[in-house]
Amino acid sequence: MKIGVVVFPGSNCDHDMFHAFKTVNGENVHFIWHQDTSLASFEAVVLPGGFSYGDYLRAGAIARFSPIMKEVIQFAREGKPVLGICNGFQILTESGLLPGALRRNENLRFACKHVYIRTENCQTIFTSRLQKGQILSVPIAHGEGNYFIDEIGLKKLEDSQQIVFRYCSTVGLLADEFNPNGSLDHIAGITNKEGNVLGMMPHPERAVELLLGSQDGRYIFESLISQV
Amino acid sequence: MKAVIKVRLKNGILDPQGKTVNNALHHLGFGSINDVRIGKLIELTIKEKKQDVARKKIEEACKKLLTNPIIEDFTYELIED
Repeated sequence: MKIGVVVFPGSNCDHDMFHAFKTVNGENVHFIWHQDTSLASFEAVVLPGGFSYGDYLRAGAIARFSPIMKEVIQFAREGKPVLGICNGFQILTESGLLPGALRRNENLRFACKHVYIRTENCQTIFTSRLQKGQILSVPIAHGEGNYFIDEIGLKKLEDSQQIVFRYCSTVGLLADEFNPNGSLDHIAGITNKEGNVLGMMPHPERAVELLLGSQDGRYIFESLISQV
Repeated sequence: MKAVIKVRLKNGILDPQGKTVNNALHHLGFGSINDVRIGKLIELTIKEKKQDVARKKIEEACKKLLTNPIIEDFTYELIED
């Protein structure tokens, strides 16, 4: 499987993502510079975390207009897998590939810690190796991860099972105290309606080896690799 | 021409920054101040001869890049040189 990791000026999880695919899973992974204009040979594309363009204006707002994003939007429209982590999720909402928006964390603090997320939908190409309700331990590191969508949009997300992960307790309970950023309905990750684009704030690529404190992130990479 | 654009979070969207500043003001004794909301002010110049063309361009720029219409509203004024 040939995977492309897009590198924007200010990306800082691109190498972690490369490592997760290459070293851990032995996949054929390449960096793609944001000025590039072709994704022709790739089977999946990842927008990694970081602070593209210094988060100027709004997180992801400027990266969304990088030359490569035209191709990423086309790639997604063709039904090919696109995964956006953290800043990648912000870029996906800014570009309209995913609905809603990511606002400042409710407590205004940059949240950097391990959290638990509950698998809400295991029928996506990103979660096929998971069980519904399965709890993952994964780190977060963001200042703007507070997901928002209007009431009609939320209903649509629920009806189409687009909410893939929710923040939860160690045993899977949903409550404000387990929600690290004030995210609406405890949302940690969503897909588009077609299910080929996933955006999530937690970092599965930082949870692929026990040395890192958790290897639960592997499920997501293994799911994707097994599907393509 | 010059434009001054005000970007605000939409009504009903929680503004944690405004809320925190509101609390800080109360701690400093400004008990009569409430409902603090914080937005952005963007200034720019635009080289257009006609006002209506300038307005159209600014509105397009606001919708495309300067604001996120899902969570933000904008107003602006044009100032002739």
